[in-house]
Amino acid sequence: MKQNLYNYILGIADNSLILGQRLGELTGHGPSLETDIACTNISLDLFGQVRSYFQYAAKIAGDNRTEDDIAMLRKEREYVNVLLVEQPNRDFAYTMARQFLFDIYHLLFLQELEKSKDLTLSAIATKSIKEVSYHERFSGDWIKRLGDGTEVSKAKMQDAIDGLWTYTDELFHQTEADKAMVAEGIGVDVTKLKETYYKKVNEILEEATLEIPESKWFQKGGKEGIHTEHLGYLLAELQYMQRAYPNMEW
Amino acid sequence: MSDKKNWPLWEIFVRSKNGLEHRHFGSLHAADAEMALENARDVYTRRNEGVSIWVVESKNITASNPEHNGEMFEPAQDKVYRHPTFYDLPDEVKHM
Repeated sequence: MKQNLYNYILGIADNSLILGQRLGELTGHGPSLETDIACTNISLDLFGQVRSYFQYAAKIAGDNRTEDDIAMLRKEREYVNVLLVEQPNRDFAYTMARQFLFDIYHLLFLQELEKSKDLTLSAIATKSIKEVSYHERFSGDWIKRLGDGTEVSKAKMQDAIDGLWTYTDELFHQTEADKAMVAEGIGVDVTKLKETYYKKVNEILEEATLEIPESKWFQKGGKEGIHTEHLGYLLAELQYMQRAYPNMEW
Repeated sequence: MSDKKNWPLWEIFVRSKNGLEHRHFGSLHAADAEMALENARDVYTRRNEGVSIWVVESKNITASNPEHNGEMFEPAQDKVYRHPTFYDLPDEVKHM
């Protein structure tokens, strides 16, 4: 089995899986009917992408494991998503700030992944780019609306951006699998996305009349399986059915 | 978000296929036209129902008054000759 490629795919897919689950929590709880549907639509886009990645990973593994096993039956330390996407939906400003800070990265990443020598990954990227372009527009619009909105909405959005800023740098850390895949022309060199990322993020924050956080201290660990306390609770909910009724199917 | 009570109502028109007309699909709340378009996209076209969306703020629609239905519509009821149903069509003409 190509262990590096397998790990690399999990690194991409886990971000979408965990963020999709977070957005799914809003089903029936969104601040308005329209935003509720919008967030769950984005969630379903992400889950669709996750299925493509995990189906491919299961094929590479070459044993009996399925996409569902990979999604549902790993332990907390075996998930390699970035810390940003596991952060909770404290309020709608947090939900949108988290989405925005991830979407800008996600689109830049997919645009590079499309050039991968691995044709399956390239095809998944091509399909996902359209979806993620919309996500980026949607979350970016909300940053501007709330940032350049009322006194209360501005304070809440600033609070969310400040609170989540510390998780942004990790997006550009390389794992061993990353380095190996970059060397083979399959993976994306995320370190090269960093400059464009902060430029795009800062442009929108400025347009939203928000302050760009000055903090230079960043959290890390998600990509190595060291998570914040929030992931365990999320996984408990995500995995409950498969754990309680092993091998159940709909 | 108690403010959402103040979001105006928008009427949503969706064209399901190129060549067809936009049809009224329903209404929703949004703060402005751009948000109305995004909301319409998510609420009404998520099952591949559309290729184009129009949004119109509901207050901009002038509607006929149901109380005036008598004078507005009833006079047309007994004027069947306004339908082109009294012509004998030659067999060669199909699809009329």
